[in-house]
Amino acid sequence: MPQKISLRIDGELIHTAAGQSILDAAKAHNKFIPALCHMKGLSSVGACRLCIVEVAGVGRLLPACTTPVQDGMSVTTQSDKLRRYRRIALELLFAERNHVCAVCVSNGFCELQGLAKRLGVTNVRYPYTYPKVPIDLTHPRYTADQNRCILCSRCVRVCAEVEGAHVWEISGRGVGSRLVCELNRSWGESTNCTSCGKCVQSCPTGAIAEKGFAVEEMSKRTDPISRLATLRAAGSDNKPGVIL
Amino acid sequence: MNKAKVATVWLDGCSGCHMSVLDIDEVLIDVLHKADIVYGPLVDAQEFPEGVDVTLTEGAVSSQHDYKLIQQIRKRTKLLIALGDCAVTGNVPSMRNTIPTKRLLERAYVEGADIHQRAPSDGVPALLRHAVPVQEIVKVDLHLPGCPPKPALIAFALTELLAGRKPDLTNPSVAGLVKFG
Ligand code: SF4
Ligand code: SF4
Ligand code: SF4
Ligand code: FES
Repeated sequence: MPQKISLRIDGELIHTAAGQSILDAAKAHNKFIPALCHMKGLSSVGACRLCIVEVAGVGRLLPACTTPVQDGMSVTTQSDKLRRYRRIALELLFAERNHVCAVCVSNGFCELQGLAKRLGVTNVRYPYTYPKVPIDLTHPRYTADQNRCILCSRCVRVCAEVEGAHVWEISGRGVGSRLVCELNRSWGESTNCTSCGKCVQSCPTGAIAEKGFAVEEMSKRTDPISRLATLRAAGSDNKPGVIL
Repeated sequence: MNKAKVATVWLDGCSGCHMSVLDIDEVLIDVLHKADIVYGPLVDAQEFPEGVDVTLTEGAVSSQHDYKLIQQIRKRTKLLIALGDCAVTGNVPSMRNTIPTKRLLERAYVEGADIHQRAPSDGVPALLRHAVPVQEIVKVDLHLPGCPPKPALIAFALTELLAGRKPDLTNPSVAGLVKFG
C-alpha cells in the first residue's frame, strides 16, 4: 500500500497517496491547472512550464506535473503571479514558431490554441521569430510540420514508452531545438516506425497530423493511448504495433 | 451631441474583417447614429484625418506604405484597434516571412507567370522584410482576434466604445467569441 499523505491545494485539505504528482492530485479534485506537455500514461518531463504552481515555503515556482506531493504541503494553483507567468510561457510558445491557425489542420481542435483561449490570450506581446524549420511529408500516411511544434516531446515519449519504437528525438538546444527522426533521417526512411499513429494522436498541436486532413479537420484522441499505457503499467500484455 | 469619428483601414488582409464589420447588421445603424466613418475602404477620403477617436485596423503591416500609414494613424487616433488575426498576429500574410522578399517576388511573378514575367516595381510600395502584427510597429489599445473576428465581438466592442467604456473581452457575454488564432 502506498503511504497516505495529506496536503492543501488552494486551501482545501486533500488526502492522497504518496508518489502522485501535484498535477494528478489537483486534477483528481477537479482543480484546473493548465498543462501541455503532460499526457496521462506517459512520463512527465516538465517541458512546457504551463503547469507551474506556488508551494508555500518554496521561493520559486514549481511545475505541478513533475513535483510529487508531500505530506503537509500547501499548494496554490491560481494567483495573479501564476496567471502572469503562464501567459508569458504560452505567448513565447507562439512567438518561437510559425503558428497560422487560419490555415492549420488543427484549428479548432488544438490544445495550444485552446489554452490560449482559456487563459484569455488576445495577442502575443513578444516579437515573433519566424524561424525556417523543416516540414517532413515523406511518411506515406503522416506529416510532421515543425512550424507548429512546441517541443513538448509527447511524440518522443509515446513512441518510446508506449509503442517501443523510439523513432523521435529532440536535437539541439534552446530555440535551435528540432524534432528529429532516427538520427536525422526523413520519416519516410524510418526503419523503426510501425505507422501506429500514436505520435499523431498524442501531438497537442497541428505539428504531427494525418495526410488527407484539410484545415480545421484534424481532431485527435489521446484517451485510448492513455488507457493502453495505463494497462501496460499495470502489467497486462500488449503488443507494439497496435494501430489506433 | 458631437458625433465620434471612427475610421477603418485595410492593410495586408483579405478584407474579410471589413466584411465582418458589415455583418454587425442593424448595430451598424446604431453606430452611425453616434459616429461618422471618416476614413477607410467604405468611404471616400484621400487622407487619414486628424482627431479620429477610434480606428479599426485590418491586416498585417507588410509594405512601406503600411508602415508609414500606420504611424500616421497612430498619431491621429485616440484608440487603435487591431481587428482580426492578420493585424493581431500577422496570420496568413506572415507566412511569407521565412522566405527572402526577392525570392518570393521571383517565385510569384517570374516563375509563376506565363507572360510579363517581371516583379512589379512601379506604383507599388516595396515589401518590408517581414509582414508583422500592428503592435510591432505602434501601440495597440485593443486586440480583437479571429479570422475573421465574430461580428458579435465587433458589435460589442464598438457599442462599448461609443458608450464611453473600454470593452472588457472577459465579459461573459463575449468571452466565448474571443478565439485566439
Ligand atoms: S498548431 Fe494550434 S496554435 Fe499552432 S497554428 Fe495550428 S491551431 Fe494554431
Ligand atoms: S507512427 Fe508510431 S511508430 Fe511511427 S513515429 Fe509515430 S508513434 Fe512512432
Ligand atoms: S511534434 Fe507535436 S508532440 Fe512532438 S514535440 Fe512537437 S508539438 Fe510535441
Ligand atoms: S505540463 Fe507540466 S511542464 Fe508541461
